Parts: sequence; structure tokens; C-alpha cells
Amino acid sequence: MMDESNPYLPYIVRIEETWYETPVGDRAVKTFKVNFVDDKVWDTWKHRPGNCAMVGRLGVGESMFCISSSPTEEGYLRFSIMEAGKVTRALHELEAGEMMTVRGPLGNSFPMEEWEGKNIVSIGGGIGQAPLRPVINFVRANKEKYGDLKVLYGARTSDLHCFKGEFDEYREEGTACHLAIDVEEKDWPHFVGFVPDLLMKVAPTPENTIAVTCGPPILIKFVTQNLEKLGFTPEQIYTTLEERMKCGIGKCGRCNVGSLYVCKDGPVFSYATLKTIPEAFA
Amino acid sequence: MGDYKFAKDKLAEVIGALKDYQVFAPTAVGDVVRFKEVEDASAIKLDYANSNVPPKELMFPETETLFKYRVGGADIESAVTEPKPRLVFGIRPCDALAYTIVDKLYNWDFPDPYYQERRDGSVLFGMACAEPAANCFCTSMGGGPASEKGLDALMFDLGETVYVKTLTDKGDKAAKAMGLDAAGDAEKKAAEAVEKDALAKIKRSLDTEGIPEKLPSLYDHPFWEQFSDRCLSCGICTFLCPTCHCFDIQDEQEGFDGRRARMWDTCMFSEYTVHTSGHNPRPTRKERTRNRISHKYSYFPEKFDVIACVGCGRCINYCPVNIDILDILEKSKQAEVKEAKA
Repeated sequence: MMDESNPYLPYIVRIEETWYETPVGDRAVKTFKVNFVDDKVWDTWKHRPGNCAMVGRLGVGESMFCISSSPTEEGYLRFSIMEAGKVTRALHELEAGEMMTVRGPLGNSFPMEEWEGKNIVSIGGGIGQAPLRPVINFVRANKEKYGDLKVLYGARTSDLHCFKGEFDEYREEGTACHLAIDVEEKDWPHFVGFVPDLLMKVAPTPENTIAVTCGPPILIKFVTQNLEKLGFTPEQIYTTLEERMKCGIGKCGRCNVGSLYVCKDGPVFSYATLKTIPEAFA
Repeated sequence: MGDYKFAKDKLAEVIGALKDYQVFAPTAVGDVVRFKEVEDASAIKLDYANSNVPPKELMFPETETLFKYRVGGADIESAVTEPKPRLVFGIRPCDALAYTIVDKLYNWDFPDPYYQERRDGSVLFGMACAEPAANCFCTSMGGGPASEKGLDALMFDLGETVYVKTLTDKGDKAAKAMGLDAAGDAEKKAAEAVEKDALAKIKRSLDTEGIPEKLPSLYDHPFWEQFSDRCLSCGICTFLCPTCHCFDIQDEQEGFDGRRARMWDTCMFSEYTVHTSGHNPRPTRKERTRNRISHKYSYFPEKFDVIACVGCGRCINYCPVNIDILDILEKSKQAEVKEAKA
């Protein structure tokens, strides 16, 4: 856990490795593999799939990102960050050996224990795969505790798929991995179309199954609709929300949807909860 | 606890005796009354309805440093300090009640060390209201002109003398440090009369029954627009609200000296919620007005069991376009809830 006496103080982390998930340029996604400068932090650090952290650069600021590595990947943390604004531009300038700040883990997490014994379907789009990756890797590392794992993932083009190198690993382990792109590309052997349509084609059965989805709001909207068509109940569907955040600890006010703070009560919500909050889809 | 009094013309001596405390009191700064550290007791202003700026700034300043660092370095120096004990002299009961509400937020799960240090280190000497203002409605919000909630001592202005009733050990200790005389039945009776008079002068009220439960059902209701259409998004209702606590966090640099600071922010600004993508979940004044009212009267009580409003009337008094929170809440009670959309 964070320094309990002062939750505003970040840890300093050293970047061990960086690489681009998508082509360099505007809105590129860069992954940072980092480690704490003070090794003792690991004694108390404990994160769960779904947890977030404030990642920043001193002198610029910090923003909230999901931790895209599973706690089963030991000895480092990973963040996959799209270049979009002031903080992310400053982070993208950093390379291996340089320092960043990390404040966390923050927020709630996916109820992985509650899901034991169930099948898991992960349905992601674009950078929305970042919070799903720790779920996938947690299930892969604890195979005996879970049923069947299916990964459905799409992006506008094959270039824009994040974590491309990992899909073959999933398949080699026998995990079904269904990929999609929005428009036809030469030699693309997988699905062409939007992720909600890919979902209807794969048509996972709802029996004893949990569906986890993340992506742009329009994807979440149609994926949840289609999951309901397939017979999933709102209690079987989970997603993560994002809002502008500053403190990450339920004080600064701005990330509320209704009475819930996304930074503290979220980012993970069941669709059953979100259905009761109109602002969740604003 | 004890009953004390002092002669008003001895105020300077009473304050001067508080050598172990940093004393804050209402002070006229130009046309504005706000709480300042007392340097000269003659600057203390006690004949006002309420300070223009609420004393929330004593617990969470408009801007405060969270930590300092050297740019390019890896060392962070926390700015939490243990201040000298503070005595807040002349705080109104509504503003003390507001602290008890904001405490819940700042103590929730992750205690906020900056706020907490100041709260724990402060002794609150309230001044009962003798002349409530036109838009005061504290009696509807669990307070009153002589409410003792959150205070360590409550004072009554009896004209020539001030009656001081201590309510906690902290308050009694400070009263003793002030070197006050003992008060008797005469002062107590006079104080009761002040309270009775003041209660009769409070003209505005609100029955809050059912409001927290109803507001979420008015999410899409057009009634918000009759208020939000004329809102200027100036944010004064939130900056001068004693329970509004929202803040922004920014990094600042001067040469190689950097600091991360937080500063008051407001849900009435569109930048408050806008995403990096440009998407804004509260794009217009309608959504922002709805959030301000719903947060105070529905979301906050749902989470913390208390409405985040003390009826001080500042948001009504200072709104440049006369938006009246009591009017909004009365209209919300009348608004018909339509069938939920499928």
C-alpha cells in the first residue's frame, strides 16, 4: 500500500524498458515497464487486477492509468499509455533508465476470487485492452481455479492492436483468441468488423460465465447490449469506467458518477450497478 | 465545562493572553470580512452577519503545497507541518458545523494529513448569531444561531460583555489561558434571550424530507434549465460554500525548485470534468448545476449520512444572477418524475 501517513506522496520508479504497442505518432500507445527505486516498496505493495495508479513526472503532473500488468507478473509494473495530453506527452518522452512517479495502487479491483470456478470472456477494444490484460494474465497464471478463458479483441486496424506479441502465447496455451479489425486488410486471417459483431459471431454461452469488457464508450454500450441478447445478466457483466481525476483517493471531487467516485469506488463496476446510475453513461 | 465572561473593551487583552496559540479572527480586508491571523486585536470585526469568505480556508487554504522537489531529482519533501495550536475566534456555528461535514470526506478511507493536522490542532471559539442575515436557513440544516456542534466554546455578544460557554476540555483550557472571569445566571439568561431573538429572525426554511431520495430521479428533468440557463458558471457559489471541498492539483516550477500544490476548484467550470479526449460528461451548465445540487443534497448524504449544506446562505447572497438554492430545492420537490426511459 501507499505511504499511509500521506497518500499524496508518490513513489519514484525507474523505467526498465519501453516499447511502442502501436505506430509512433499522435495517439501512439507506449508501454513502460518500471520498478521501484526503493526495493522495500515491494514488501508492502499489493495490487490486484483492475487497480489503477497515478503515474506522473515531477514538474508536469500525474494522471490515472490502470496497472496493465497482473500481480502474477512479479518484480515490475507495466503501464500502457496513449499519448493524448500534457502529462502523457511528457511521459512518452521518457526512456529506459529515466524516472517516473507512481502513486497507488488505487481504486477497487475485479473480484477475481468471486469468479473462481467460472468461465471468463474478455471483450476489449483499442487501449481498452490495458485493464483487461491483468485479468487475462491472472487467469492464465491460475488456470486450475478458472474455467474456460476466451479473449475477444479489436481495433480499427491491425497496427493498432495492443499487446500483439501475446496473442500467440494465448493460443499456444489453448486460450481462444478472437481478433478483429474494423476495415479489411490484405492477408488478415481474422474477423473484419466491430467488436460487438465479433461477440455475436463467437457467441459465448452465459452459463457459469463472467464477461469483462473495456473500450471506448460506444463499444461498451453495444457489447453490453449484445451480451444481454446472448443471455448474460447484468450481474455477469463487468466493465471499468474512467473520468478526469486529480487526487485518486475520493477527495478532489471531479470523478463522481452519481454518488460513486470512480477513483475509489471504481474503476471496476458490474453492469448491474451501472444500470442504476444514469451518469455512468454520460 | 465552564461559564466565563469578559468585557468587550478588554478584547485585546483576552486575545493577547493566548501566547501559545496562533489566533485567527474575522477581520475586515477592504469590504470583505474573512478570517486572518490576529496581529492587532483592534482589527477584529465582530459586528457582521457572517464572514464573506468562510473559514474553511483555515483548514484547506485556497492554495497549499503538497510537497516540494528538485526538478530532475528523485527526492520528495512532504509539506505536512505540525502548526502551532490554533484558536479560531468568532467562527459562526454554521461554519463550525460545516467542518464536521467536510471531516467525513477528508477522513474517508485515506485520511488527508494536511487537513487533519490543522483540524486536530485547532480550538474553535464560536460566536452565536444575534442578527442572522436574510438568507440564513441554518435551523433547517441541523444547526442554529447558537448551535454548539463542532465547537469547543460558544460565545454570546451581550452588548458590553461577552459570555463564553466552554464545551470541551480544549475549549476550557483556552478559556483559562485567556484569563476570563466567571459568568453567572445573569449572563446565561441574557444568552438565552439572544438565541431566542435570533431564532425569530430566521425567515427562510426548507423541509429536506425526501429530497436526497428524489433528486436522482430528476436526472433528465428539464426543471434544472430554468436555473442553469441563467448561471454564468462563475463558481462563486462553490468557492464561498463552507462545505465545498473540491480541488485541483498542479505542478509549479521556479528554476529548479518544483512543488506540487492543490488549489480550490469548482464543479461549475467545464474544465473540471473534461477528458483528455475532449469528451465532457458534464458539457453544459445544466449538468453542472444538477451535479452541484445533487452532490450536496443526495450523493453526499448517500455516502456520508449528512447533507453537505449548513444553510449559511452565501451561495444565495453572492450569486450574481440570483440563483437561489432553496428555490431550486422547492422546485425539485414539485417536479413531476416521468416514467423512467427504457
